[in-house]
Amino acid sequence: MTPAESFVELAGAKIEMLKAGTGRPLLVLHHDIGNPGWLPFYDDLARDFTVHVPSHPGFGKSERLDWMRTVRDMAIFYNWFIEHLGLESLVTVGLGFGGWIAAEMGMMCHHDSSRLVLAGAMGIQPSKGEILDQFLISTIDYVKAGFLDEKNYVDLYTAEPTVDQLEQWEINREMTSRIAFKPYMFDQTMPYLIRGLSTPTLIVWGRDDRVVPLACGEQYRDAIPKARLEILAGCGHSIEVEKPAELARLVRDFAGRA
Amino acid sequence: MHLMYFTEEPMSAYPEDEGRKFGYTALLFPNKFFDPVAGSRLYEERMIEYQLAEEVGFDGIMLNEHHNAPFCMQAKCNIMASILAAITKRVKIVLLGNPLPIAENPVRLAEELAMIDMISKGRLVSGFVRGGGVESLATNTNPAYNRERFEEAHDIVIKTWTVPGPWRWEGRHYQLRVVNPWVLPLQKPHPRVWIPGVASKETILWAAQHRYPYIALNTSIEDSKAIWKTYDEEAEKSGYKGGPEQRGYLIRCHVQEDEEKALKNARQFMWMMGEFTGLQHPVWAAPSGYLGPWARRALAEVRVGRRKLRAAFGPFEDQLQRMLIIAGTPDQVVAKLRIIMEETRPGIMAFWGNDGKVTHEDSQTCIKLLGGEVLPRVREIAKSLGLNSPFDSNTPVSLSETPSSQLTAAAD
Repeated sequence: MTPAESFVELAGAKIEMLKAGTGRPLLVLHHDIGNPGWLPFYDDLARDFTVHVPSHPGFGKSERLDWMRTVRDMAIFYNWFIEHLGLESLVTVGLGFGGWIAAEMGMMCHHDSSRLVLAGAMGIQPSKGEILDQFLISTIDYVKAGFLDEKNYVDLYTAEPTVDQLEQWEINREMTSRIAFKPYMFDQTMPYLIRGLSTPTLIVWGRDDRVVPLACGEQYRDAIPKARLEILAGCGHSIEVEKPAELARLVRDFAGRA
Repeated sequence: MHLMYFTEEPMSAYPEDEGRKFGYTALLFPNKFFDPVAGSRLYEERMIEYQLAEEVGFDGIMLNEHHNAPFCMQAKCNIMASILAAITKRVKIVLLGNPLPIAENPVRLAEELAMIDMISKGRLVSGFVRGGGVESLATNTNPAYNRERFEEAHDIVIKTWTVPGPWRWEGRHYQLRVVNPWVLPLQKPHPRVWIPGVASKETILWAAQHRYPYIALNTSIEDSKAIWKTYDEEAEKSGYKGGPEQRGYLIRCHVQEDEEKALKNARQFMWMMGEFTGLQHPVWAAPSGYLGPWARRALAEVRVGRRKLRAAFGPFEDQLQRMLIIAGTPDQVVAKLRIIMEETRPGIMAFWGNDGKVTHEDSQTCIKLLGGEVLPRVREIAKSLGLNSPFDSNTPVSLSETPSSQLTAAAD
C-alpha cells in the first residue's frame, strides 16, 4: 500500500505525515531514531485502521519547534494535533520513545473510547537495569541495539546506511537531546501521574529488549489501572520490525475494528 | 606584546598502553588508572614551574580546564588560578578558560573570578570557552543548548560585574532570584575577557562582535590568517579595526641547550597521539547539537567511523615542518617564531612549553631558556613589527565598553 504524504501545519511548524488505510483512526508515534518510512507493520494495520504516521517536530522532515523543552511539551502538541485532525475514538500506538509521548498524552486527556498501546515505552525509570544511553554510542550502534536479530536491521537500513540516513539520525538525535537529555528518557513524576490514566492500555514488550528494560513494562502494567502486558519472545526493542504481524494482531484484537 | 607560559598539566603518570588498549583517553576511560600520589607530585612541580616562569620574565600564566581525561589535570581552573593569585606577584593569571555552559550558576562563577581578581591585585584575565563535548557529557549538561548557555552565562557574568545589584535574572537557561554578590572584581570596568578557539566560525564572529581578543590554539599559519580575516571583517562591521590587540596565538614551543634534546622532548607533544585533546571519540567529542546545522552531515559520518573528526595534526616531522611544533635551541626557535609573528601579527602569544613526560628538570630548563633568551628577542621583534597587546594599547575591554566616539562605523 502506498501512503499519502502530506504536511500538517500546526503550532508554527510543518509536520510530515504518512497516511493510509480505512477504518478507525490509528496514530503511530515513532521511536527516537525516527520513522524509517512506510513499514509492513503499518500496511498490516491499514487493512483495518486509518493509519496516521507523523514525524515528531524536529524529526524526519518535520520542522523543529525550538521552544519545546520536554517530552511533555511534545505530548501536549500531539493532543492539539489529534484535535486539529479531528481524530476521535483514536488508537494510539507508541513505539519506544513514542510510547513515552503516548503515555503523557493519555495522562492529560481522558477518552474512554480511545485505546492506548505502549510498545517498549520509555518514560518511566526502570526499577531494575537502565535505559540504554544513546548519547554515549554511535547512531548505528544505537539503532542496531533495537534489534535482537541484526538481519532485521540490515533488511531495513542496509548494511551500509546512506549518508542521508546517517544525517537524519543525527537530526533526530539532536531533537531527542533537546527534550530528553536529563533525566535520560524518563520523567520522575511518571510513576505517580500514570496511575490516573483511565484509557484501556495494552503494553507490549520484546523479551530481549536491550534499550528499555522489561521492568519498565511491568511497572507500567502495575501502575495503569486498565492495562495488560504482552511479552513477545525472540524480539528486541523494535517490535514493529521484528514481530510486525504479532504486534498488529495484538493491536487489532485489543482495539477492535469499531 | 603579552607573553604567556602554558602547559596542559597532564596526568602523564597513567599507563599509556591502557589508554591505547581502551581506544579513547576521555570520558569513559576508567579513572582507576589515575594515580593521586603522582598527581600530588605533578601539581607541586607545575606550581614551581609557574613561579619560575614569573621569575624569568613571562607576562602571564595561561590556565585551562578539562574533565575526565589524562591530558589535563585541571578539573577546575579557578582553583589553580586562586593558588597563583597567592604564590605569584606580577604575572597575569589568564584563564582560557572557564567552560561557561557547564556552569550551573554563572553568578557563583562571577564570584569566584572576582575573588581571584582581588586576591591577585587585579591580575585576572577571564577567558571563557564552550568546553569540549566531553565536558558537557562529564557534567551532564545538555550539549544541544551549549551555545545558548555559553551566551546567556556570559551575559550574566558581565552584568554581575558591571551592574550594581540587587537584580533578578529570568532567562532561558538560568533563573536567579537575587543577584547581588558581595564580591566584585578589582579591575574596572571588569577583567579582560579573551576567547580561545580552534577555528569554530561562530566563536570567532562572537568574539569579534564583542571586541574580545581571540586566542587561536596552535592553528597553522594559513588557518590563523583565515581566522584573522574572518575576525577583522566582523570587527569592521562592528565599528572598529581589528589588529594585534585582538590576536592571540598559542604555540607548542620547547627549548633546550642542544637541538637533539629539544627534539627528543618535543616528541612528548605527540604523547596524546598528536591530538591536543587526546584520543578523541567520534560521539563524545562533539555530541549531537553541540555544533551548528552546518556540521551535521559531516558529523553523521564521523559518528560511524566513515570520516575523521577533524584533520589530525599529522606526524611529528610534518608538524615541525609546518611550525605547529617549534623545538630547538633559542636561536632556532626565535627564527621560526619571527616567521609566525611576521605572517600572523599577534599581540598576545602563549608558549606551550612542556607536555607529556618531559621531566620537571627539563621543563625548568625550557622555561629558563624561554625567559632568558627567547622572550627578550620576541619582544624586540614585536616592537619592530608594532605588535601591541591590549595592555600595551590600553584597548577597551569590550565593544560595549568602547566609547562611541571611537567606533568608526557607528551608522546612526
